[in-house]
Amino acid sequence: MNTQVKPSSTEISGGVHKPRRHDSAHKHVTGTADYLDDMNAPVGTLHGCLGLSERAHAGIRSMDLDAVRAAPGVVDVLTARDVPGVNDISPSARHDEPVLADGQCQFYGQPLFAVIAETRAAARHATQLAKIDYEDRPFESDVVAAMAADYPHVTDPLTLAYGDAASALDSATNRLQGEMRIGGQDHFYLEGHIAMAIPGEDDEVTVFSSTQHPSEVQHMVGHALGVPSAAVTVKTRRMGGGFGGKETQGNQFAAIAAIAAKKHNRAVKIRPDRDDDMIATGKRHDFHVAYDVAYDNEGRIEGLDATFAARCGFSSDLSGPVTDRALFHVDNCYFLPNVKLASRPMKTNTVSNTAFRGFGGPQGMLGGERVIEEIAYALGKDPLEIRKINFYGENERNITPYHQIVEDNIIARIVAEVERTSDYQARREAVIAYNKTSPVIRKGIALTPVKFGISFTATWFNQAGALVHIYQDGSIHLNHGGTEMGQGLNTKVAQVVADEFQVDQENIRITATTTEKVPNTSATAASSGSDLNGMAAANAAQQIKVRLVAFACEHYGVPEEQVSFVPNHVQVGNQMIPFPDFIQQAYFARVQLSAAGFYKTPEIHWDREKGQGQPFFYFAYGACVSEVSIDTLTGEYHVDRADILHDVGRSLNPAIDLGQVQGAFVQGMGWLTTEELWWDDKGRLRTHAPSTYKIPLASDKPKIFNVELAAWSTNSKRTIRRSKAVGEPPFMLANSVLEALSMAVASVAEYRVCPRLDAPATPERVLMAVERMKKA
Amino acid sequence: MNMVIRDELRFVLNDEVVVLKNVSPNDTLLDFLRLNRRLTGTKEGCAEGDCGACTVLVGRLASGGLTYESVNACIRFVGSLDACHVVTIEHLAAVNGNLHPIQQAMVDHHGSQCGFCTPGIVMSLYGQWLETPKSDAATIEKVLQGNLCRCTGYEAIMRAAEAMGESSNGDDKLVVSHEAITRTLAGLKDGSRVEVSGPEGTFIVPASADDLADVLEAHPKATVVAGSTDVGLWVTKHMRDISPAVFINNIADLQTIAEDAHGVTFGAGVTYSEAAEWMAAHIPTMGAFWDRIGGQQVRNMGTVGGNIANGSPIGDTPPPLIALGASVTLRQGTQSRTIALEDFFIDYGKQDRKPGDFVAAVHVPRLGKGEKFAAYKVSKRRDEDISAVCGAFHLTLDEAGLVQSVRIAFGGMAATPKRASAVEKALMGNPWNEASIEAAVDAFEADYKPLTDWRASAQYRMLAAKNLLKRFYLETQGEAVQVVRHSNAPQMAEA
Repeated sequence: MNTQVKPSSTEISGGVHKPRRHDSAHKHVTGTADYLDDMNAPVGTLHGCLGLSERAHAGIRSMDLDAVRAAPGVVDVLTARDVPGVNDISPSARHDEPVLADGQCQFYGQPLFAVIAETRAAARHATQLAKIDYEDRPFESDVVAAMAADYPHVTDPLTLAYGDAASALDSATNRLQGEMRIGGQDHFYLEGHIAMAIPGEDDEVTVFSSTQHPSEVQHMVGHALGVPSAAVTVKTRRMGGGFGGKETQGNQFAAIAAIAAKKHNRAVKIRPDRDDDMIATGKRHDFHVAYDVAYDNEGRIEGLDATFAARCGFSSDLSGPVTDRALFHVDNCYFLPNVKLASRPMKTNTVSNTAFRGFGGPQGMLGGERVIEEIAYALGKDPLEIRKINFYGENERNITPYHQIVEDNIIARIVAEVERTSDYQARREAVIAYNKTSPVIRKGIALTPVKFGISFTATWFNQAGALVHIYQDGSIHLNHGGTEMGQGLNTKVAQVVADEFQVDQENIRITATTTEKVPNTSATAASSGSDLNGMAAANAAQQIKVRLVAFACEHYGVPEEQVSFVPNHVQVGNQMIPFPDFIQQAYFARVQLSAAGFYKTPEIHWDREKGQGQPFFYFAYGACVSEVSIDTLTGEYHVDRADILHDVGRSLNPAIDLGQVQGAFVQGMGWLTTEELWWDDKGRLRTHAPSTYKIPLASDKPKIFNVELAAWSTNSKRTIRRSKAVGEPPFMLANSVLEALSMAVASVAEYRVCPRLDAPATPERVLMAVERMKKA
Repeated sequence: MNMVIRDELRFVLNDEVVVLKNVSPNDTLLDFLRLNRRLTGTKEGCAEGDCGACTVLVGRLASGGLTYESVNACIRFVGSLDACHVVTIEHLAAVNGNLHPIQQAMVDHHGSQCGFCTPGIVMSLYGQWLETPKSDAATIEKVLQGNLCRCTGYEAIMRAAEAMGESSNGDDKLVVSHEAITRTLAGLKDGSRVEVSGPEGTFIVPASADDLADVLEAHPKATVVAGSTDVGLWVTKHMRDISPAVFINNIADLQTIAEDAHGVTFGAGVTYSEAAEWMAAHIPTMGAFWDRIGGQQVRNMGTVGGNIANGSPIGDTPPPLIALGASVTLRQGTQSRTIALEDFFIDYGKQDRKPGDFVAAVHVPRLGKGEKFAAYKVSKRRDEDISAVCGAFHLTLDEAGLVQSVRIAFGGMAATPKRASAVEKALMGNPWNEASIEAAVDAFEADYKPLTDWRASAQYRMLAAKNLLKRFYLETQGEAVQVVRHSNAPQMAEA
């Protein structure tokens, strides 16, 4: 850090609304940013490896682990019997997810035992020596098959209803039905799961965990160890990516490491191999969507009835709120005057699916967009025309299927702008003209909008804490409940604190998230990180400022309005006091220079039984135009161009927000194109490493990639500096890629038929859709 | 032969000469860096050479002098590093802490988010920048094929890569130290055989091809490791023991590229990267095809010989090489035999290679005048993916425009890379026109019974194979029928 420059008295560095670099950028590029596996481990640290089941569903008659125990370097082999507390890490309080399987396995890859050895290699080698006697049971790994086999729901389904869908469908001007399959997605965070537990005195343990949710890890470790939460400390400096995959899925590794650490009084680290990580931890839910829609001759939706069934896996995990959020986003930007939406969170014999950027929202929204696309093809119109005619109004036609009024609708403006700047209309004409003369290569273009609801739908999660200390030298220690996973949360929260005190951001030391400093935190999830923690940190800073102002008034004998925080100084009357000097004076005057801040999101409420309420504080908007080319001989394709306009309110940090939008789009594109999860007939996931599971490369990003933030936007709600959440909403901008591929396919049948292109649209799915079009 | 045997491994790690006696054949460079040396800037993302988080540069004395290449440390064996210079991310920043221009560009353009892939990306860019600071987008994308980033969407990284072109490499550490490192490595490469034995097994680095022949006569069951892009995974994923291992990646007389009027002979140790230039220059479509084998790191490590020797039905090089009529030389002791490449592949997991045999060289004939050729790879993701279907077509028409000879070979369609002999037969002697193609495509069903797996269904593979023949036909008619990202994309051409 550069401390040579004299603090400016005109402008601070790193205040809000500035394109500030990520606070760890220097460390990232030099390899000096420490991830958990890079930390110096205590002397004598042991290493764990999980033994995974090799059946999708089976009783376990016996586990012969003698050879495992006898293998070189092995210290212990833990099974369910070794869990001293409760053998459960279910985040849903349904007690349906054991730390280690007990008596039966419910998916191929479920952890059965844990080998603890002197080295990671020894643990991995020994794990292979187990002999498990299985009693095979029938299984279902697919969501549609699970419904056919009358599998249960893992959690209560939800129904949203507004108006009268049944009557609207009965009296439809036009009506159509269809189905859609939407694939899941592996998070593929570059840093896999990892936990290291260090035993302490009495019942205490400290766990370093790559988690988005230190508080939950704390509670789960306590639960599994049978000790109070107060005995467990969880620390997270940074993750090498999370994307929802580390919201609940780190619990298992942390709990097992802690159990072994306490049992052997040695530090224990567990870092699963990439394949084990992908096999044994949950992913984005696959969905099956069935829709029945009524619409008039203009394409205005009269009524919609749709069911969203999800492959939840063997346990509930977060499937309840994920499938709920899917339903919350079926409407996207469209007013549905008569609607009934139902979720079916299906149990399957697969790994329990979990949070992933968008949290069900993308699947719900994609199903809704398919309905729009169907209407457009049925009426022979540009889907954009159907979209516009169905947009929520600003003052009417603005009630959602969950009865919340959309108060901050800016979608018409967003879409109009990107339609113009991307030259959508002319390019669409050019695409259609091109397709007339090109027999093999076909192009497609699509504009899709996004409206995404911000807040945890579980209202109580919408709270956050922060801890701010100012030391005698004026340097500031900042801690908050959010976790840093690359999204730049620490940078943004530090910008807020810098802005509050009007000091250079270099004066603010951001520290690792720990349950010791801020308790009862929510997961850094639901795009809420800076909304919640930024507000909590601002609150802490404001508490200190109130004390400082009172001190200044008393000390200098001035009224309150003559005390202000100006760049790197405190102005008292006509006097400019450098911030550190002022702080020292305050210290000598015994002013408390530390505060715990708190924030809870106002206005929101949600009655799940009734399916009504105001689950979201506000909405974030965006729109994207994507253009693609496909090869109708092989189904190979390429994204030629994408133009994005995205709303982040008044951006706290336009550089970081832009990166979030770009990254989310490409990740969304991967979900809808090349990222395919494939289970074989044994219920075994076969795409469990980067050799078989293909996330986008640099050569896959749109060749022309124009990304803009809506500079004019502001949040109508009082969020932190009027900014909006950015993590998840832009993920769904990639819906335009799927629809553009679909248009290119549709050209084969002169756009007469909706191709019903399912996701992910691998080259194979594209080619098979082309073949369908040839017969249509 | 009276070979001098050295029982220690010697290489340069950043600024330091490392001498190791206690190395297991299974030890990977990544674990060595992270666990033994605490150089934790190099990350493990996948341990299978697909994500690039562990990218380091390895310098070696190649035919053109000291060359630095990006490699995946996770599947590179320590034993394969004799007389090499390993350069990690820790070597980049200046002593005074100033960032390297590439690092500075990554910071300035917000090229990192979570930062975990970042050191690997910096190292891949560094490898390219050392060669030439300024590169076009197509080149950068190629350089980064083996580096996954899950956060940024790559746009910011591409901007950073563009910006790095503004800095010259003239006073870069590795440029300045070029002569000194060359001398050091030449000194380490003392002509002796390296043989290191420990409790966990033995590995041998033969001094020459003849020495390799001797070693394999003595250890016919040894694991021969060239690029380790396949064998690496036996260790990191299947936890197999590869002892005794024989590392052949740095044997000068296996790395020769000899050209004559007939064609070219690649020594078995020639990497994909080293073979790329000849392929691109002499065989139509092969430049672009070659760039889609693995990622850059894999092309820098993997060898054409290894791609053949491992017998995979989905290797990228056998289909085009079979279509070209390539042959392979196998050696055992002083005896060599040369067989047609297609005859080398007998069945799944079975090749015409006896214990102690090793692939010594691959011979690729030039195309004759007027011959048409194309190789196509279809995969789920365009780059750094394994083929769902890989097909190559080699056609000669007579003066009347009838098919005089045709060789078609496919990967991903059978248990081995295999000729489409029924399709060839259906085409032979017929006019080269749409009707002949339509009449021939169904013969693919006689040639192949492809499988369904996670890469593609049997149905798709069959349809794609048929359509690739159609594509080949259309391209011979001068039609552009492939999706193009950059304008230097595959073009049909005649030899």
